[in-house]
Amino acid sequence: MSRTLYDKLVDAHKVCNLPDGDMLIYVDFHIMNEYTSPQAFSGLSAKRLDVWRSEAHLAVVDHVNATRDSKPHDAASKLLIDNLEANCIKHGIALYGLGDPRQGIEHVVVPEQGLVVPGMLIACGDSHTTTYGAYGALGFGIGTSEVEHVLATQTLRYKRMKTMRVIVEGDTAPGVTAKDIIMKVVHVVRAGGGNGYAVEFAGSAIRDLDMAGRMTVCNMAVELGARAALIAADEITEAALKGHPHTGQFAFKGENWVSDSEAVFDEEITISGANIEPLITWGTSPDQSVPITANVPSKLDYVSPKAKAALERSLKYMGLTEGQSAQSIKIDTAFIGSCTNSRIEDLREAAKILQGRQVAEGVEAIVVPGSAMTRIKAEAEGLRDVFEAAGFEWRPEAGCSMCLAMNDDIAMDGERVASSTNRNFEGRQGRGARTHLMSPAMVAAAAVSGHLADVRDFK
Amino acid sequence: MKDKQMMKTIKGIAAPLPLANVDTDVIMPKRFLITITREGLADGTLADLRFDNVGQLRPEFILNKAPWTRATILIVGDNFGCGSSREHAVWGLRQLKIDACIGTSFAGIFYDNARKNGLALPIVSPKTRDALLQFSINARGAKVSINLDNRTITAGEISVVFEMDNATRTSLIRGSDDTLDTLEQAAAIHDFEATLDDSMWVNVIQ
Repeated sequence: MSRTLYDKLVDAHKVCNLPDGDMLIYVDFHIMNEYTSPQAFSGLSAKRLDVWRSEAHLAVVDHVNATRDSKPHDAASKLLIDNLEANCIKHGIALYGLGDPRQGIEHVVVPEQGLVVPGMLIACGDSHTTTYGAYGALGFGIGTSEVEHVLATQTLRYKRMKTMRVIVEGDTAPGVTAKDIIMKVVHVVRAGGGNGYAVEFAGSAIRDLDMAGRMTVCNMAVELGARAALIAADEITEAALKGHPHTGQFAFKGENWVSDSEAVFDEEITISGANIEPLITWGTSPDQSVPITANVPSKLDYVSPKAKAALERSLKYMGLTEGQSAQSIKIDTAFIGSCTNSRIEDLREAAKILQGRQVAEGVEAIVVPGSAMTRIKAEAEGLRDVFEAAGFEWRPEAGCSMCLAMNDDIAMDGERVASSTNRNFEGRQGRGARTHLMSPAMVAAAAVSGHLADVRDFK
Repeated sequence: MKDKQMMKTIKGIAAPLPLANVDTDVIMPKRFLITITREGLADGTLADLRFDNVGQLRPEFILNKAPWTRATILIVGDNFGCGSSREHAVWGLRQLKIDACIGTSFAGIFYDNARKNGLALPIVSPKTRDALLQFSINARGAKVSINLDNRTITAGEISVVFEMDNATRTSLIRGSDDTLDTLEQAAAIHDFEATLDDSMWVNVIQ
């Protein structure tokens, strides 16, 4: 019987069927952060339950911490950070806290530490846990009640998803990155088009990506609603795992972590790699994007009154005029960071654009490396010097920062941000803040231009 | 959970909230998340829709207008609850006395969070959703009834069957505690762990 990679992963972790139709699946590895775990720990206390297996969990401080300094910036964030530390001590759980050389954004840290290998099942109280699919591992986000459930039982109640294969075939043009590929997929499938699906990415454009690019793709797959994203493990995956501290410890051998060639998917979509251009979002949903060479849509582009009204609402929030060219959009802020695009590879791409150039007058530019290890590596390569010479502020501490503005990096009402992050929802980067999503190199291009710009114009 | 009362029917005034892609940060803005408890989230729920920049009620927002100030059911747009995994969004809706959101599609994590907190999310076709939106606008306080037992929604002349997987439906009716229920399967979990060899045993170094 031919099976998809997704089905193999679910089958390998199934503990038992439950009478109500769900199944119980085993969680090999569980990651927590300071903001979605507190009520899970208090749930354990209230029910007088212990952690099932404390060595299968890792806690990371990343969402609320300041990135200017390794000390909490206010009492509220200190409360969350201290609370996580106390819970980890109480239950014997590993913590990468502030000041730890392994600290950083959870989805940057875990691969960096070699804690993800093909065939694993990983859960985390964060929607971008789909990132681990880049390694042929089944990763997905869970809520706080489910965090409690994993802590107490090492399992989750689970329903098998439908499967979708997204094939991106053919070489992409120079200047087109993994970010543009996934933004294109989100545009085509639409936000919510992947609800109820586990998506496997395939095709030559995906296979040609390095691990950082594959993580960017799987990370943002949640923006189309996919509960899991997967890329088959191959020689690139294997090479990336070599020499990592933990990978000898958990090898997950004995299964070929790819879909069988005859496997059938419930849905299949093919996108031509050659037709993908560098994209920017113009609206308030990640699927509202256009190529950087195009214009913001106008009402004439839509038929239904509902769609016209939705366009109007997005444009009003974003402070844009229908039909205006993407490159005429002036920015106030440039932000490079987040679990989508803050890895060393992302910083290198942005630095190429910034080399010998200056951030435009009036633009505030910030870069937050995804982890302490990423920062140290970038500094050793001279990237910090390039960013700082161009006028970027180089943050010494890692965290989610302005991607979701839960720390003190908050965009103001009406402030327009060119952002290497994953969500452009109303208020995401601050109340009234206007977010344009794009690749890190495109953020750099916008920073030096003062407006959204085509990375391909920078030689 | 035999001692708990079974919840089979949800009945109440429904408010239209037809925006598509309402994400969990709109439902519960981040500034209300700096908390280690589940409580005190009612004011934060849909805060930027309900209140203006200086904290005054927006009189034009549906939940600030009679009779929808008493709404316990929302008729929502496509892909409701997308974005961040924060369960605070569901806790907040419950604390705002919302018992159900009827829509065409919900984000997966939000859907699972809802089940854990007694928030019913019946799924209907776009056509039915639009009819219910119209009903909720015109009803002037007439109630919508959701029967979990036979998966039906009735509202005036409208009587339709909704979609909801069996495990979620059973859990909502019983008000189960999934963690405690699962611990009854402890033997099966131990058996599964016994099949894992050393290479499949994660041991995070502190």
